[in-house]
Amino acid sequence: MAEHAHALEHHTATGIDSRKLAIWTFIGSECLFFASLIGTYLVYKGRDVIGPKPHAEWLLNGKVQEQMLEIPLVTFGTALLLFSSLFVVMALNGAQRGNRRQLITWLVATICCGVFFVGMQVFEFTHFYHRGMGYTTNLFSSTFYTLTGFHGTHVTIGLIWLTSVLVVALRGKLPPEKALNLEIAALYWHFVDVVWIVIFPVVYLIR
Amino acid sequence: MATTVREAPPSHEPEPTGLWSWITTVDHKRIGILYGATAFFFFLLGGLEALIIRLQLAKPENTLVSAETYNQLFTMHGTTMIFLGVMPLSAMFFNYMIPLQIGARDVAFPRLNAFSYWVFLLGGLILNSGWLIHAAPNGGWFGYANLTSKQFSPGLNIDFWTVGLQVLGVASLAAAVNFFVTIINLRAKGMKMMYMPMFVWMSFITQMLLLLAFPVITVALILLMIDRTFGTHFYVPSGGGDPILWQHLFWIFGHPEVYILILPAFGIISEVLPVFSRKPLFGYAAMVFSGAFIAFLGFGVWSHHMFSTGMGPFADAFFSMATMLIAVPTGVKIFNWIGTIWGGQLQFKTPMLFALGFIAMFIMGGLSGVMHASPPADLQQTDTYFIVAHFHYVLFGGSIFGLTAGAYYWWPKMSGTMLDEKLGKVHFWLMLIGFNLTFFPMHFLGLNGMPRRVYTYAAENNFGFWNLIETVGSLILGLSFVVFLVNIWRTIKSKTPAPADPWNGATLEWSIPSPPQEFNFAEEPVVHGRDALWEAERLAGGRVPEPQRVSGKGIHMPNPSYWPAVAALGVATTLVGFIGGLHLPVSLTGVVILFLGVYRWAFEPAG
Repeated sequence: MAEHAHALEHHTATGIDSRKLAIWTFIGSECLFFASLIGTYLVYKGRDVIGPKPHAEWLLNGKVQEQMLEIPLVTFGTALLLFSSLFVVMALNGAQRGNRRQLITWLVATICCGVFFVGMQVFEFTHFYHRGMGYTTNLFSSTFYTLTGFHGTHVTIGLIWLTSVLVVALRGKLPPEKALNLEIAALYWHFVDVVWIVIFPVVYLIR
Repeated sequence: MATTVREAPPSHEPEPTGLWSWITTVDHKRIGILYGATAFFFFLLGGLEALIIRLQLAKPENTLVSAETYNQLFTMHGTTMIFLGVMPLSAMFFNYMIPLQIGARDVAFPRLNAFSYWVFLLGGLILNSGWLIHAAPNGGWFGYANLTSKQFSPGLNIDFWTVGLQVLGVASLAAAVNFFVTIINLRAKGMKMMYMPMFVWMSFITQMLLLLAFPVITVALILLMIDRTFGTHFYVPSGGGDPILWQHLFWIFGHPEVYILILPAFGIISEVLPVFSRKPLFGYAAMVFSGAFIAFLGFGVWSHHMFSTGMGPFADAFFSMATMLIAVPTGVKIFNWIGTIWGGQLQFKTPMLFALGFIAMFIMGGLSGVMHASPPADLQQTDTYFIVAHFHYVLFGGSIFGLTAGAYYWWPKMSGTMLDEKLGKVHFWLMLIGFNLTFFPMHFLGLNGMPRRVYTYAAENNFGFWNLIETVGSLILGLSFVVFLVNIWRTIKSKTPAPADPWNGATLEWSIPSPPQEFNFAEEPVVHGRDALWEAERLAGGRVPEPQRVSGKGIHMPNPSYWPAVAALGVATTLVGFIGGLHLPVSLTGVVILFLGVYRWAFEPAG
């Protein structure tokens, strides 16, 4: 996004743009961030003293409650998030070829998928809360909200980033030679998707 | 693509001075000096805390400070020395020396570099602000759960700690990304990875450790903050949580952290020893790979800090063997340093004395380290002064001796003045004697059972004699730094000018004037081998002529910017909102400031 005119950043020892290398480096570091959160989730999995339970019925005031997680809805959201990774590649292709319509169409599609995903998560959180699962209720609730919440925050930041690039593109300030500004955001977006590919089975599919 | 380009001022025009030029600076050399000055201030503060600790322990049942104050002192002494002393002093050399040693005009992201510094400064202030209300962090630098829980630490003390360390983590991560990319991408023409100076190599490995270790403590601290703010049970046994999880997360960070503290000093020593032995570094490739191997193993030994938690024989055996294995690459390094000075024409200048002191002291710290790699031995030693002796031999005898060697070695380059050799030698001998008087008796006290982290001891324990000796030693140690300050003060006043290359150095920073001009290299250097400057001298058949200050006309340098400082303020404010419960307006204000800073930063012309 920056108006990059830095003399230092044109000739690099490896030929790779420094900003691209930086985002890869950052992603490498972020892996350890999510590994720690996922590790915490797994350590505490099934160690709850009281309900609610993710994959089994549980008791609230003597009444049997359904399992918490609703897999079909989240599977749909997951699919959309994964498709958005394809869409952002289409958008990047448009940016690199100077095809403005392709760029904007697919970028809008990417953002729509991301917004749906975050909306789904907001719905899920509110729904759980109304079913009696607060942040501090038990270990499952704390680890679940923390892990998926931090992922959701990452998705939100990615959405703000992609929307900023979209505004720049709509103003016609994303010519092919600046496609890297989208490519960096797209790399971050792919990472956020890949993390979800790990979180989804760990939280929703493994009983 | 530039919209505006600012030309570096010609040599006869002085560089801009004044407070604003320092706030907006993106010059890696100025940021390095900012890091150095700030870190040295915090280092002296941490030293003062240590002296109060020593005075309290000088005699049995002393009442100089209360138990509560003592807890704050030892917690802040450790936290300060690690996060606000040794790490940023290393960062000073990363900032100042990496671009010069690889022949670059700046780091890859100059504004991100400024951001790192401002975040670091604010983090240091947050961490220390507890002193103002006598509520400095008091849970130890390791902050073990569940002592740090709201139940057992209801005050603000631990909040300053969790928030301060998270802010500092942001600074370290931003800087690590920056230097990692800088070293890979901004090397001068011809400088292959295996031609890089050893300080750059060890710094490179340190950045990898920072990148992989800091996210883990960030998560550990976030979970602690959430426990304390919202009442979750991540580390609270009553809700099913496990305090041992904290220890695992903390030490998965904490053990790589000790290599983050020592590897830069390894690098500095590997620069100083060859120059003052008039010989190239012995076993260059072995040095690189042993450094990388130490870092790799460093991620697989964290539980040797946790033998006393009862992990069972399998885990104990694994972590014990992995820990002992680290002695192998470390030994390779020590033999290579000795190989470097072997048969050399040794010049006992001050940097060399500190480098030699480093080797001797670090060997002693390393040997006691191997001792507690053995779980049965460790169970006797853990939580006693034996451990305190061990880690001061590696962190003070290692890191601080190494960093001081670097300070004397690079002072002429950074300031353009020469430090006094005589005072430097006085500094060295006082520091060596004071250090050993302070910390060697701790081995005896520890084996006799004197526990760490306790504010006093009974007279009938017979710990008094050695404690008094230690206190005398610590005062000598403090005096040695007074001598250092006097030396700095006199040098700044007398302005003895330094030549470009006072030590006949081997690396590129000595090929340019002292202090370097804003653009570092008038012409981008070309490198033909290791020890680039010695190689150039060999090709030229003699010392290269003293470089002249030149006009920087036509060299494009990045624009100054204050948006990194604004973004840093946003990061700090966001997290400050979590001190003493969540203050949503404060945190949201911080988020707004952060977004403002980042957007203006992203859309302003970089230069």
